[in-house]
Amino acid sequence: MSAFVIRRLMQSIAVVMVMSLIVFFGVNIVGDPVDMLINPEADQADIEAAIKALGLDRPAHEQYWYFLVNAFKGDLGSSFIFGQPALQLIVQRMPATLELAFSALFLSVLFGIPLGVYAGLRPDTLTAKTIMSGSILGFSLPTFWVGLMMIMVFAVMLGWLPSTGRGETVLLFGVPVSFLTLDGLRHLLLPAVNLALFKMSLVTRLARAGTREVVHQDYIKFARAKGLSPRRVVLVHVLKNIMIPVVTVIGLEFGGLIAFSVVTESVFAWPGMGKLIIESIQNLDRPVIVAYLMITVLMFVFINLVVDVLYSVLDPRVRLRDMRA
Amino acid sequence: MSALTEPGVPGRVGESDSPLRRFLADFFESRVATAAFAVLLGIVFIALFAPWISPTNPYDLATVDILDNRLPPGSEGFTGQIFWLGTDGAGRDVLSAIFYGLRTSLAVGVMSGVIAMFIGSSIGLVAAYFGGRTDTLIMRVVDVQLSFPAILVALVLLALLGKGVDKIIIALVAVQWAYYARTVRASALVERSKEYVEAAACLALGHRRILFRHVLPNCLPPLIVVVTVQTAHAISLEATLSFLGIGLPITEPSLGLLIANGFEYMLSQKYWISIYPGIALLVTIVTINLVGDQLRDVLNPRLQR
Amino acid sequence: MGTDAPALKVENLETHFFTKAGVVKAVDGVGFSVERAQILGLVGESGSGKSVTGFSILGLVDPPGRVVGGRIEFMGEDIANADEARMQSLRGNRIAMIFQDPMMTLNPVLRIETQMVETVLAHRKVDRAAARARARDALGQVGIPSPDERLAAYPHQFSGGMRQRVAIAIALLNDPDLIIADEPTTALDVTIQAQILHEAQKLCRERGTAMIWITHDLTVIAGLADKVSVMYAGRIVEAGAIDDVLDHPVHPYTKGLIGSVPSRNKRGAPLYQIPGMTPALLNLAPGCAFRERCPRAAPACLEQPAPSEPVPGRSVRCFRPYVEAAS
Repeated sequence: MSAFVIRRLMQSIAVVMVMSLIVFFGVNIVGDPVDMLINPEADQADIEAAIKALGLDRPAHEQYWYFLVNAFKGDLGSSFIFGQPALQLIVQRMPATLELAFSALFLSVLFGIPLGVYAGLRPDTLTAKTIMSGSILGFSLPTFWVGLMMIMVFAVMLGWLPSTGRGETVLLFGVPVSFLTLDGLRHLLLPAVNLALFKMSLVTRLARAGTREVVHQDYIKFARAKGLSPRRVVLVHVLKNIMIPVVTVIGLEFGGLIAFSVVTESVFAWPGMGKLIIESIQNLDRPVIVAYLMITVLMFVFINLVVDVLYSVLDPRVRLRDMRA
Repeated sequence: MSALTEPGVPGRVGESDSPLRRFLADFFESRVATAAFAVLLGIVFIALFAPWISPTNPYDLATVDILDNRLPPGSEGFTGQIFWLGTDGAGRDVLSAIFYGLRTSLAVGVMSGVIAMFIGSSIGLVAAYFGGRTDTLIMRVVDVQLSFPAILVALVLLALLGKGVDKIIIALVAVQWAYYARTVRASALVERSKEYVEAAACLALGHRRILFRHVLPNCLPPLIVVVTVQTAHAISLEATLSFLGIGLPITEPSLGLLIANGFEYMLSQKYWISIYPGIALLVTIVTINLVGDQLRDVLNPRLQR
Repeated sequence: MGTDAPALKVENLETHFFTKAGVVKAVDGVGFSVERAQILGLVGESGSGKSVTGFSILGLVDPPGRVVGGRIEFMGEDIANADEARMQSLRGNRIAMIFQDPMMTLNPVLRIETQMVETVLAHRKVDRAAARARARDALGQVGIPSPDERLAAYPHQFSGGMRQRVAIAIALLNDPDLIIADEPTTALDVTIQAQILHEAQKLCRERGTAMIWITHDLTVIAGLADKVSVMYAGRIVEAGAIDDVLDHPVHPYTKGLIGSVPSRNKRGAPLYQIPGMTPALLNLAPGCAFRERCPRAAPACLEQPAPSEPVPGRSVRCFRPYVEAAS
């Protein structure tokens, strides 16, 4: 087990290093940092001074080394716009994004699994066909478009829910969260549903495919032959089996939720990292871009690691194989 | 090597008439797919001939009157023309803007799709054909890239490259190539092990000739499916990026940008500026997906031939 | 329990599958009975409807299949028309079933303990500890060493033979009156098969459990069953006491089946083969389903033969049975 975890850790570190290379050289070599960093109306002397101050006159590998050393110290530079350390900016915005992403994950599982299991158990009913058509729409509709529609219907036409911001937040373990206040929940609902739709479709399809495969297995018929209630057959015997692929995909897709929150946050003016990165790209705020990318990569790698471990917890066969490995 | 001693192994190179006809018959069997295909043809027609069929040229300042701004659908403009879908904040005809926007969106989507297909397929073919370390390296890169969401990859590139039609095409190609590489590699691996490829190799045909004349045509069915799905995806992604303001510049308004422009008016009930471009985008994406679904259904049994 | 009714009596059972291509009469007028402590062998080729018969008794025929007619009496109670709640309370409790492939019958992601305890709790109002104790006892009964530890294991940690023992232990949990065993030893090695057969027989005798042993293999039930019913194309073509049927088959199909079993006595002689193939059950033509393959087929066989008793204690569906052979 530990050998397996160590091997996975090494792989993860390799991916992070490669990404730091790509991000660093991408920003510093492909793009022109002088253009990106320095006010073009500054005079030549100012530009020279700024280049020196930022270390841009040094060779690339030296710059990368400083970048790495500083990154380890948690220093990814300061935002040109806000004047704050980039990392601090990102960390401030992170709770909002994570809250949104987790809410979306929660919704997609809460609705996706029951819908998928139902469609898998009764594939020929009208309800099941409606569910599946809905999931196709959920796949193909662009997230931002659905977000606009939701704003139009629920915020503008019906006036039921607010369309921008986080609403009232309270501190939970020192972190501001929206979901504990009524106002916060009202603000959270539309963006969370918007972000969840794509994953919900995915979970529905996975759950349906899994259910259709599992219900025809002998062990399900055997479970029925044991006199178990249909409830128990579905909730324990079917569900536990389809959870393996679902959890894997949900885990891997959590990174996708954070990435796609860029769109949802921009549509609903949700003050998270995604909105920050879009503004930073528009303003060419390079340190924030780099910090965002590095943190996102770290999150991705961490998520993949967690999914692997979770996977082995859920599927005893995998656990055993890993113990032997 | 057995191919030498067993002559007359037929290669399935190219399509003869009858499978093509059967394919068409299978495809048009579904009424939904036929309807989707017809709508898609209409959309392509509009995109191709937008300058000739639009009621106005929305980007010709001489014909746009700012006094006509934000008129609801069906209103009569200052000069007596009727704006069937209303006008936007600058007084442009929304219908014409949609026609031009479709043109841009489709052009970017299709062009990035074609380039990505060419690059990705070539890389996939090389991986499958040469195998070994080349294959391992290429596929590792593909795996790592596919483990990151498309929008994140596009975001990284656009953050580095800036705005512009060429930039967004580069970003969309970078997002898509890996899918093509993986698809082509998978089916090329199957084809490679078949006897006609061995036979071609025994005839001492060059690598390139074997790859492009013999292996590639047989990878076509899955490739066609990926092309449709990826094109829809590219159009959707481009719209998203343009909506976010990091995609196409204001001078090349695609549907995404039109929707973004209308977004600010939506809150003041002037929904049409955003909605109609949104519907155009939606219909485009959904019809391409429907056609793609049907293609997959029709082509799939032949994959298992 | 106190009645003299047989453990199970099936009359004229009809289970049909309504497919798009037509109606498949998988079970078409099957009847038999099993007394307590008795083992009935239900023999036939694959596709003859023997497994469907088993599932029909449990009310577990999946759509498009449906029991369309007949009577199923369990301990004197008509269960063919019982509601789902009643069937659920019988399944795994009074009537247990063992499946063919032990690799597939246990849920791979649940511990053995979970799968056993839930079976007890589904039918008895006892606490978990009592249910667990019952599970442990049942594992011990079927000869699984250190049952306490094995309860915590997952199915993939058992061999095929051990898994089938677990399945049998699950069947025994609630002391059923009837066990339907659907080819439970087909997937196992011959030595393990012999052990399981031995244990099944012992159980049946000691506890008075009635058993239906479904198999395609005559040699398996030769030493096990008390009586046998031979199925062909959804019908029972011959039934009788096991030794009588094996020694003096009367139906041409039974004779063919027995003739095609290799044995030491027939060494050197060419093995008999029944010509032709099992008929497809979809839209089966009227008349005797075996006539195409039958060496004694006659024009009369275009009609469906009714069950007759050419020899005492033997029920046969044939116009031209080998009666002289039995006399």
